[in-house]
Amino acid sequence: MPTRNFLSRLAQSLLVVAIVAITLGATDPESRFNDLGHKMICQCSCSQVMLECNHVGCPVSPVMRSELSDGISRGMNDSLILQSFVQKYGAVVLAAPTTQGFDLLAWIMPFAVAFAGLLGTVLLVRHWAKQQPSLATQAARSGNPAQARFEDDMRERIRRETETE
Amino acid sequence: MAAFGSFALLIALLLAAYNFLAGATALRLIAVGKPSRYSPERMAESARRAGIAGFFAVCAAAFAMIWSVFHNDFSIEYIVEHSNIALPTPYKFAAMWSGQEGSLLLWVVLLSTYGLVLRLRHKTDVKLHAYAGTILAAIQVFFLLLVNIATQPFAGVRGGIVPADGNGLNPLLQYPEMVIHPPMLYLGYVGFAIPFAFALGALMMRYPGEKWIHITRRWTMLTWMFLTIGIFLGMHWAYAVLGWGGYWGWDPVEIASLMPWLTGTAFLHSVMMQEKRGMMKSWNVWLIFTTFMLTILGTLLTRAGLVSSVHAFAQSSIGPWFVWFLVLTMAVCLFTYILQRDHLKTEHRLESLVSRESSFLFNNVVLLAACFALLWGTLFPVLSEYVQGTKTTLSGAYYVHVAVPIGIFLLLLTGVGPLLAWRASSFRSLRKNFILPGIAFLVTAIVLTIVLANGGGSKPWEDEGVFYSLMTFSLSAAVATAIASEFLRGAGVIHRQTGKNFLSSMVLLVRRSTRRYGGYLVHFGLVVIFIGFAGYAFNRSVEMPMNVGDTLNIGPYSLKNLGNTQESNANYDTEFSLLQVSENGKKLLEEPMAPEKRVYASNGQPQTIVANHSMMRWDLYVVYEGRSTETGLPIIKAFLNPLVMWIWVGLGIVVFGTLIAQIPSIQPHRAAATVPAKAPSIPGAAPATSMARSGD
Repeated sequence: MPTRNFLSRLAQSLLVVAIVAITLGATDPESRFNDLGHKMICQCSCSQVMLECNHVGCPVSPVMRSELSDGISRGMNDSLILQSFVQKYGAVVLAAPTTQGFDLLAWIMPFAVAFAGLLGTVLLVRHWAKQQPSLATQAARSGNPAQARFEDDMRERIRRETETE
Repeated sequence: MAAFGSFALLIALLLAAYNFLAGATALRLIAVGKPSRYSPERMAESARRAGIAGFFAVCAAAFAMIWSVFHNDFSIEYIVEHSNIALPTPYKFAAMWSGQEGSLLLWVVLLSTYGLVLRLRHKTDVKLHAYAGTILAAIQVFFLLLVNIATQPFAGVRGGIVPADGNGLNPLLQYPEMVIHPPMLYLGYVGFAIPFAFALGALMMRYPGEKWIHITRRWTMLTWMFLTIGIFLGMHWAYAVLGWGGYWGWDPVEIASLMPWLTGTAFLHSVMMQEKRGMMKSWNVWLIFTTFMLTILGTLLTRAGLVSSVHAFAQSSIGPWFVWFLVLTMAVCLFTYILQRDHLKTEHRLESLVSRESSFLFNNVVLLAACFALLWGTLFPVLSEYVQGTKTTLSGAYYVHVAVPIGIFLLLLTGVGPLLAWRASSFRSLRKNFILPGIAFLVTAIVLTIVLANGGGSKPWEDEGVFYSLMTFSLSAAVATAIASEFLRGAGVIHRQTGKNFLSSMVLLVRRSTRRYGGYLVHFGLVVIFIGFAGYAFNRSVEMPMNVGDTLNIGPYSLKNLGNTQESNANYDTEFSLLQVSENGKKLLEEPMAPEKRVYASNGQPQTIVANHSMMRWDLYVVYEGRSTETGLPIIKAFLNPLVMWIWVGLGIVVFGTLIAQIPSIQPHRAAATVPAKAPSIPGAAPATSMARSGD
């Protein structure tokens, strides 16, 4: 029981340390500037991320950068800053969709499809495998471990020496 | 010459139409066995010959276009738009595919060339080739209709007044890769029409067995190789020309080329299950149908203006043509499949979740999921505009979150698959095969975490990009270990059996099963490429206005400005800086680096010429960004991009592996002859010679 308590306390402490570390990282103005600057697109029609617009004499990105710096220095939170940019430039200023409303679908669908595909495959293969006894376990079921090991080795040898892709 | 070109295209269209109609009629007559006035066999043969003649007609049109470009025939609108007198010779060729009309003409030329090879090789299987040739003729008819009606490459100049000079080639395209990147990409795109035609033909005629897969295997692999080269040449072009320090911008056109690559890769893997076990027949047929349709969809996306792209020069009003062609293709595929689906019944079922077959299936699912993620991301702005009224932007940031994890999972499967046995893997063999790669993964992950934690840069637990890089490096180590152990184990067996030295054993191993070990080489090449990609998280850059004598420092390098110069020639004006590079105080390069900014005379468009010093460790990539509006000084931006060279080296390995896989394996009797019969070490086991067989 004491071991269990210790592990539980250790896990809690690690969680707190992780949250503090992440929160500290997020409140550092420079990293916030960098993080938010990569969440927006420069509106000079170059279609590049705001902090990566490499157009000399770009009339837009310096303005956007200074607006971002102002927002951070005035103590606005990330969400408010992004919202103020959306109000000024429109939703196209965001480099990626938001996680609200219809935009959430943009994030969910790829993973949902991948997950459904993988889950469907697992279920299908398990269903097929149940219909016929597994080769690997046939020998083991016969109660002869030496025979099972010999067949494993033989199968591995056949695979190595004859198999083609 | 314009009239000659147009006439040649018209003749090519008529020949393709005859090929299709006569071929389809002949095959129908043969299928129903009804007596006819004309011999269906002779009709099919005349259709085949029309297809061959069509190739020469298309070549005549291509010749007319090249002749017109080289003779500055500005009576043709396309030449006015895409060439000029001062254009250097290699770029005169590039002008042929720099615009929509020319690129569709190139498409037609490549399709006819593939068709010629198919029709000349008809004796391999006359009936199957007749079906495939007829389907290919239908595809040719569509593209020839486009260049004859919708987008004519030989159309006369607008207004009828012939200008003295043309507008010139887009400066972004005046780069050596642009001479070969589009043809390579198109060889890939167009090439998938061949396995598609064979698959559809085999399904229509209820072709017995898997011979169509054997016939098309080399076509598919070559096509896949061309598409791979085309994609990577495009990346290299973007890296060298666009001057933003990256090679992949998740532009819709880039994505459009990646989608058929993903499904084509899935097809290359899953056909092995059909060849070996008679499984996944419907799946394979649909994979190749999908791959072909994605090549058409990609063309539609980028040419119909549905999505915005940097390849805006290719947009036009031919979108509806592609929509109808896509709908028709889908309808034919679906109808044929429904009609003949009983022919595609599987002969075996998967027996275990932990088997080579399952790994192929998972690999296929992940490849298709990646393809879906890309398609979804490409179409989402259109969808969001339709639903919400505002267009949502999906930049690289979105794809990094969505596609990169899927790509890393795919890298994992690349390593896992070859370690599993066909049918079923026992726990013992799993433990034996996975222990080394597992150790390689853990050691790499731990060492890199410690190095990154103490390096002062971003930590894997703070920065998502660094975390993905760490995972990629660790998985790459595991996959490379798995591949190396496969080679060493196989070579060890041959070494013990034949007494040959290890290197000769390795060569014999590859020759015995070129397809298998060529495939492993391709996997290894992909691992090297992934390592190159993983370096992206550690890119850094410095930018400053530089007067003569100023020094810019980045990493261990110092770039001293020796001078700012301007030059002019007939094609462009250029200004550049000469930067002497030192590493830790020692001179690194004999010649100074010279990043340029050109302005082309014909159209006044600027272009960046990057100066890049490439090393295995990193690229020192320097851009002349232009002159500061405030000080008038040139602004130089220097990047240190780690591991980029690995991407191009990896591509070389992938191409080498694909070519190895194309070589036929040595025949069983030759393989047996090189292996002396030995008494089996396990009682009851057959001698090794009796098990050796061809790998192809």
